[in-house]
Amino acid sequence: MKQMIQIQGLQKSFKNLNVLKGVDLAVEKGSIFALLGSNGAGKTTLIRILATLLPSDSGSASVAGSDVSVDPDRVRRAISLTGQFTAVDDVLTGRENLVLIAKLRHLPQPQRIADELLERFNLTEAANRRAGTYSGGMRRRLDIAMSLIGNPEVIFLDEPTTGLDPEGRIEVWNTIKALANSGTTVFLTTQHLEEAEQLADHIAILHEGKIIANGTLDALKRLFPPAKDEYVLKQPTLEEIFLSIVGGKE
Amino acid sequence: MNVTRTHPFSDMFVMLGRSMRHIFRSMDTIITVAVMPIAMMLLFVYVFGGAMQVGNGRYVDYLLPGILLIAIANGVGYTAYRLFLDKQRGIFERFRSMPVARSAGLWGHVLSSLVSNAITVVVIVLVALLMGFRSSAGALGWLAVAGILILFTLALTWLAAIAGLSAKSMDGAIAFSYPLVFLPFISSAFVPTETMPSVVRAFAQYQPVTSIVNSVRALLSGNPVGSELWIALAWCLGIMIVAYLFAVRAYQKNT
Ligand SMILES: Nc1ncnc2c1ncn2[C@@H]1O[C@H](COP(=O)(O)OP(=O)(O)OP(=O)(O)O)[C@@H](O)[C@H]1O
Ligand SMILES: [Mg+2]
Repeated sequence: MKQMIQIQGLQKSFKNLNVLKGVDLAVEKGSIFALLGSNGAGKTTLIRILATLLPSDSGSASVAGSDVSVDPDRVRRAISLTGQFTAVDDVLTGRENLVLIAKLRHLPQPQRIADELLERFNLTEAANRRAGTYSGGMRRRLDIAMSLIGNPEVIFLDEPTTGLDPEGRIEVWNTIKALANSGTTVFLTTQHLEEAEQLADHIAILHEGKIIANGTLDALKRLFPPAKDEYVLKQPTLEEIFLSIVGGKE
Repeated sequence: MNVTRTHPFSDMFVMLGRSMRHIFRSMDTIITVAVMPIAMMLLFVYVFGGAMQVGNGRYVDYLLPGILLIAIANGVGYTAYRLFLDKQRGIFERFRSMPVARSAGLWGHVLSSLVSNAITVVVIVLVALLMGFRSSAGALGWLAVAGILILFTLALTWLAAIAGLSAKSMDGAIAFSYPLVFLPFISSAFVPTETMPSVVRAFAQYQPVTSIVNSVRALLSGNPVGSELWIALAWCLGIMIVAYLFAVRAYQKNT
């Protein structure tokens, strides 16, 4: 199976608000796909439909070969979702959160799975503290770690780096790249062009309910040359400065 | 159709484990739930008790059933609170995007409500024993009392679930339990209904708390229960079934 996600003519409205007006997309297995769009463009709505949380009005969407409306159970078996807003259990510790998900996925050795992920996401020291005491970045990392349990074929990440500091962002980026290298398909949304640039094999822009651009970074660059160059030149400099200061202190 | 594996029971126990952790991590909630009714029991027995005319038994024996119901009504407020949090924080949504039995998330909360209310009830009964409460009920009588209280807890828990799952704010989620806590006051829980003015008495005699309180009281004192027991059971089962249906609907709609 080459196309992990296929979307055709997908429409969705909330009462009178037409959010998706016929979206067509295809995402290849093992690739990182970035969906860009401004606030309210409908990115979360699209992800929620793909993750079987929301029914669409018309059109079709299939994930890992199963239609999301016909066979949601099979889709759920293949996917994992990290929603826009961190969904961790504040009362449980970091480790308990991970163990909980591993148990719900009926995996053997949930404790070992938790330990591995804690290590990988630099949460080992905070493992036995309640997640409610974590910083925003730590919560987000725990959230993403919970999504990786069970090695899903497709991972949806809705604005995974919003609210993270540059270091945290780069950590998440590296995780995402490693996932794709191991064959996982990653579908993420972002509001930052630069994030899409860093990560994505394919980028699509959702605007006013439709995909107005879709292709590789190079293809998109050819579409909007001037605006893009300027943005790209400015942003990394700020970050580099920040990183060098933070790094220099240690 | 393809066959999909779901594990509703093991999922439910995992969820129950999670909810129980929540409860035991916030011992303050268990204490708050138990302390208010215990304080009320002390107040009524030692301050008002001398003036209460409830026949020739001990007043604490008379009072205990109502106090237990108040404690349960108070306790299910936390279930509404926890359900609301899970809904609002996207926890239910996370479970829903996973291959987890859909019912497990809800039942985990409901079962943990049963467990935590049972703990509260036991604590209050122990305090009542210290205060001189004595029961002549046999094992069967206690079993029947436990059964009624379990049904009552389930009925109120499902009501709490409706509130927690459909509330738009935390205050709304919790506020539903206030009238429930108040209902025992206009019943036979504290004083016999015979002394009330006729309009109040009519309400008091026909509302569910009175029949439940009277049944539990009769069972605990080893007296014959009579038809009140069936009325009490009918109330509990009726509320439970209707509330269950609405709660499940709210769960499907709002999570
Ligand atoms: N359940 C809902 N009921 C009514 N309107 C909704 C609902 N969910 C989303 N909307 C509306 O649909 C539009 C798209 O929302 P969506 O959350 O998909 O945008 P988004 O691209 O994710 O935005 P953001 O970048 O701010 O996260 C918004 O106008 C939003 O108000
Ligand atoms: Mg969004």
